[in-house]
Amino acid sequence: MATTGEVVVSGVGKSYGLAQFEKDVVKDCSLTIESGKLTVMVGPSGCGKSTLIRLLAGFERPTTGTITIDGKEVNGPGRDRLVVFQETALFPWMSTYENIMYGPSACGEDNAETRAQAEYLLEKVGLNGFRDKFPSQLSGGMQRRAELARAMINNPAIMILDEPFRGLDAMTKSLMWDYYARLFEENRRTNFFVTTDIDEAIYLADRLIVMTNIPTRVHTVLEVDLPRPRQIKDVFENDRANELKMKALSLLHEEAMKSFAGGSKAAADFVDAYSRRVTPR
Amino acid sequence: MRAMRLRVAILRGVVALIAFVVLWELGSESKALTGVALPWISAIPAPSDVIVVWAALVHDPGYWQSCYLSVLRVSVGFLAAMVVGIPFGLALAVNRTAYGVLFPTFEVLRPIPPLAWVPLSIIFWPTQELSITFVTFLGAFFTMVINVVGGAKSIDIRYFHAARSMGSSSFDIFRRIILPGVLPSIAVGAAVGMGITWNVVVAAEMISGGASQATGAGGGLGFFIWNSYVGGSYPQIVVGMISIGIAGYLSSELLRRLGDRITPWLRRR
Repeated sequence: MATTGEVVVSGVGKSYGLAQFEKDVVKDCSLTIESGKLTVMVGPSGCGKSTLIRLLAGFERPTTGTITIDGKEVNGPGRDRLVVFQETALFPWMSTYENIMYGPSACGEDNAETRAQAEYLLEKVGLNGFRDKFPSQLSGGMQRRAELARAMINNPAIMILDEPFRGLDAMTKSLMWDYYARLFEENRRTNFFVTTDIDEAIYLADRLIVMTNIPTRVHTVLEVDLPRPRQIKDVFENDRANELKMKALSLLHEEAMKSFAGGSKAAADFVDAYSRRVTPR
Repeated sequence: MRAMRLRVAILRGVVALIAFVVLWELGSESKALTGVALPWISAIPAPSDVIVVWAALVHDPGYWQSCYLSVLRVSVGFLAAMVVGIPFGLALAVNRTAYGVLFPTFEVLRPIPPLAWVPLSIIFWPTQELSITFVTFLGAFFTMVINVVGGAKSIDIRYFHAARSMGSSSFDIFRRIILPGVLPSIAVGAAVGMGITWNVVVAAEMISGGASQATGAGGGLGFFIWNSYVGGSYPQIVVGMISIGIAGYLSSELLRRLGDRITPWLRRR
């Protein structure tokens, strides 16, 4: 696969509301999502990560700055970058197979080749026996896999995943990491993965982008130089992994506190007391 | 297991129905049985009397004519409401201009009870048949439109995002996202609308009077009931009422089944 799908976000800001009620959600945010790498973005909850994703996907336009993909400016949704959402966005009225075939058939490419590709992907994500089931008949993990397949069949230059495994139980979640990591290693597509789960981030990332509190921008970029394929236990046992994790955690902790304390004296006091007790190294 | 649960459910329904009829019979006959007339209920014709009258009516073409006319008016009014209401609702839902232009007027007309339309309808439409059918149509139309608009607006925005990012055209989104997305609301709107049409048709028939002949034959079930009241044959009132009940139940059941059929993803679990 050609190394495409390099995303450059430069000086992007996004605000909502009018006049004095205007609130910056993203401010002066610049980052590069390198092609063929799995870039993971972590940030305190409510910091504006999802807003950034909507901007990348083209559902919304930035207030300031530009986003380009392979040098072309983003100005609307496109098949070159597909989003897998927090909660499943599979169409409830379509079977698994119809969901996966949605992209090709929407673009008039419902042919033998794409159908074969759909079958291949069904097999790949282990949903062969569920091709004619509706999403409501699938488990949470199956729905996520179906959604991954539905995105992959369009062969996007960049896959954007917005906390895709949130809400899954711990067992399923670690299985999904494994699954997803293998899919990535096979294709080496540009992947942009947003999460609040630091273990997930370390396990998956080539590069880890830590975001600031709202209005969000890049705080730090960490290169996660752990060899692939990785083992889940590495995230917990490997020294380098732990070092990265602690580093990311302390940055996040700091930002999360700002977010939590923002606005309230009582909350600020609580955070202060709390941080004296458990601030990570 | 499933079959057994179903049988138990049916049994329960049948037992409750029988119990209802028995209690009604006892209540109606309370004077004869105990010498004390229960208030209210003893004035109602007993089921035994109703059955006798009904058995006689079964051979009366006038009765069947009444049933037929009401069913016809309900069906035509209801179908017209579907045919006009669904596209109209969809147009309001997908087109901002259409919504801006038409919705306020629609919202002013909607709270007017269909029965308030009866006099105007009689003046406006050339035949009585058309007047009654039109009022019936209104009953289902407003419900249908408001359901379609609401249904379309409640479709999760992520479906539109997902479809658009996969290269879907506006028409494709309409056909494969909006249309199936509103089907559950259409099914609900149809079931509710059908109930309203029965309410409306009977009242409209009562108000607008029977057909040309004074016998009441040809007036529909609403007029049948009214005519029985005027003629003093009280069991016949109850026959008319139960006939409406049965017809209403059957039509709702039919719509429920159709609704389940067009929304298979809601049924299977």
